[in-house]
Amino acid sequence: MKDIVSVDHLRVEFATDSGPVVGVEDVSFTIAPGETVCVVGESGSGKSVTSLSLMRLVEFGGGTIAAGALRFRRTDGTELDVAAASPAVMGEVRGNEIGMIFQEPMTALNPVFTIERQLTDGLMLHKNLSQAQASARALELLRSVRIPEPERRLKQYPHELSGGMRQRVVIAMAMACEPKLLIADEPTTALDVTIQAEILALINRLKRENGMAVLFITHDMAVVAQMADRVVVMYRGKIVETGTVEHIFTAPKEDYTKALLAAVPKLGEMKGKPAPERMRLIGDEAARAARIVPVARKKEVLLDVRHLTTRFPVKGGILRRTTAQVHAVEDVSFTLNVGETLALVGESGCGKSSCGRSILRLVQPTSGEVWIGGRDIGALNHHDLRRARADMQMVFQDPFASLNPYRRLKDQVAEPIVNFGLASGAALKERVEELFDRVHLPRAFMNRFPHELSGGQRQRVAIARALAVNPKLIVADEAVSALDVSVQAQVLNLMMELQEDLGLSYLFISHDMAVVERIAHQVGVMYLGRIVEIGPRAAIFESPAHSYTRQLLSAVPIADPSKRRFADDLAFKPIKSPIFPLGHQPAPSVYTEVAPGHFVLKD
Amino acid sequence: MKRFKTTKGLIGIVLLTLIALIAIVGPMVIPPDAATKMDMLARRSPPTWTHLLGTDQLGRDMLYRVILGARTSLEIAVSAVVMSVVLGLPLGLVSGYFGGWVDNVLMRLVDTLLAFPALLLALSISAVLGPNVQNTIIAIGVAFTPYLARIIRGEALKVAQMPYVEAARASGTTDGMIMMRHVLPNIMPAVIVQATISLAFAILAEAGLSFLGLGTQPPAASWGLMIQASRDQLDVAPWTALVPGAAVALTVLGLNMFGDVLRDILDPKSK
Repeated sequence: MKDIVSVDHLRVEFATDSGPVVGVEDVSFTIAPGETVCVVGESGSGKSVTSLSLMRLVEFGGGTIAAGALRFRRTDGTELDVAAASPAVMGEVRGNEIGMIFQEPMTALNPVFTIERQLTDGLMLHKNLSQAQASARALELLRSVRIPEPERRLKQYPHELSGGMRQRVVIAMAMACEPKLLIADEPTTALDVTIQAEILALINRLKRENGMAVLFITHDMAVVAQMADRVVVMYRGKIVETGTVEHIFTAPKEDYTKALLAAVPKLGEMKGKPAPERMRLIGDEAARAARIVPVARKKEVLLDVRHLTTRFPVKGGILRRTTAQVHAVEDVSFTLNVGETLALVGESGCGKSSCGRSILRLVQPTSGEVWIGGRDIGALNHHDLRRARADMQMVFQDPFASLNPYRRLKDQVAEPIVNFGLASGAALKERVEELFDRVHLPRAFMNRFPHELSGGQRQRVAIARALAVNPKLIVADEAVSALDVSVQAQVLNLMMELQEDLGLSYLFISHDMAVVERIAHQVGVMYLGRIVEIGPRAAIFESPAHSYTRQLLSAVPIADPSKRRFADDLAFKPIKSPIFPLGHQPAPSVYTEVAPGHFVLKD
Repeated sequence: MKRFKTTKGLIGIVLLTLIALIAIVGPMVIPPDAATKMDMLARRSPPTWTHLLGTDQLGRDMLYRVILGARTSLEIAVSAVVMSVVLGLPLGLVSGYFGGWVDNVLMRLVDTLLAFPALLLALSISAVLGPNVQNTIIAIGVAFTPYLARIIRGEALKVAQMPYVEAARASGTTDGMIMMRHVLPNIMPAVIVQATISLAFAILAEAGLSFLGLGTQPPAASWGLMIQASRDQLDVAPWTALVPGAAVALTVLGLNMFGDVLRDILDPKSK
């Protein structure tokens, strides 16, 4: 069978102030009909540039195809040299013979057009269908992507649909003209894990039914393992390794591929291990060998949260009156021991971040108590609360936004120390140096500004800042989610190392089950503002008792191609809205203890 | 881009330095009565060797007048803008940072002032206080404050939502310190841009007030006053409007170029 796409020694350059910069170099691969090729790599590896070049869309981003050939076998059997094709020909090919799905379902749809209009435009242009024919086809497409109530959806606008449904519409648009090749650029990265599972299953089914080839761009090795027939691993604009998915996962040849795979936490690999364990990173053998036995600690409660509830007003009308309330956190209770990690997991909007912020009183909880070291944080006045902040620090998700771009790093790390008057002058400088050493950053970075550092390095600075006043509790809100996988593993290891050395307690807020399995002692699963299940890590992962926990676990892609999960259509129960009318009094959370320390919410 | 920015900045700085030098040194070397001395035989004279930039309807030398007027115009404009920043910056900063009822109260106040056109407001203030340099500064300064406060408030509101502000709060930084160390530096680019634009408008506002007889009083020279005087002789002596007009335009141009560069200098990313 002849390849549908063959990319040969592709080189893309971008013009910048300081001359041309090479985006990708010497990239060659082929895609056969009906095959899924995954291009995987970390940020800046050139994977998106490669896919955009195939559509010749890279030119709109300031890039030029400087060398190489991009051959695409068209529907009529002729071969098209994409690099040399005229804009008119490309217009015919784009959206017609090659479909594309983008990362952000929010921005890939035009907010002022109805779903029908978005779907029919391409059909009327490429297939010369009449309005009525196009509408009929649009309806058929919505059915094929399994959108509930398709007739009603046609008349709706993008904002009326959920994120998952929007991504289904984007896929329907890409499929509208029955392309021979579908390019999916990180199509599930912005989605929750259950929706991701549904979308992956949908792409698999459409591919099977239409015999279409798929070029799938992702940074997530677990998704690769689930989707790919063949894999192209990219690093800094070049191909590191290509091979079948089994080959890449079981017998990788190149060191970079091995390192990448070692850095991916695999769900289920912590089975039978009593305590969290650091990732075995390649090139980090010494650090791992140094400390393996976790320090046994006396169980002592540090954080005791009782019936915490946080509600946000929804304002409406011209008078900006409160018309309803978002029940972000609803009757949440748990305890966290000294030197341990409690992970709060859940999908977007489940209230896990609001819970962390309420505990630190960065948002004001509606009711409930938060005891840290014998003090109720909720009852403190403004002045005492500021004092109490020395015990509890926070690490944020986005290391780019959580550091002030206008201040030197040493000043940002020193800020908490200065706030509490703990040190000044030479002692302060020494302490900051010590903190930089502690998070394994060179002292030379102290005088730099945030933009001079990479994402992982910035997150280390944020951790150093959190450590500055020797806190007892650190709330880490998606602290590793925005990082590349190898960097994520390093930061996770650093956090575990600090916990062992300093006896820190972490409240680890995350959506990533595989990461949580690595780091947590205790796990709380949140759904609609409540903890639906909480208990020791092993209990939650090995014998989940609540239906939502099971659903969540079954949706996680596993970084192992022999454990494929998304062959058939999946339909998880959509998450309900946490918005209730004013005065709504929900029932208190009542739990059953299914095993010692393992509690499940009674429905 | 970078080279272009540097040349642009250089032009801006050279222009501003020249204008400032003229405004400062001019009155020292030119006899003070040069601007009011009338050459009755050469009224409305186009540029000649005796009068390089021509004369006005009273035979006064335009070159001397535009040089001596620079000081008055710039003094008023710079002082007025400094005043509006001093008033508007804390107002906008506090309003944007705290939000809620503080914001509501302060911004309704600002909205009230905004309801009047700036020039009308300056005119009323100036009319109440009486026409002299100091009162002109106050009038323009107060009239410009709400615009500055509005823009700063918007910027502060945006910065106050940033995670690094929340991070600072979480690490026990007081509100005052957060505003000084985290919010202020991050809104400075917007303040600088707005201030340079305001300076240009202040020069024109002074001209407007003088035009209506409330700014600089004749026979003293100011650019605004000169533009005013030129209005009924545009057809016979266009240079009487072109000369002070060009002075205003060059200053504004220099300020805008300089403002852009100043913003880049303050941005650590450009280092």
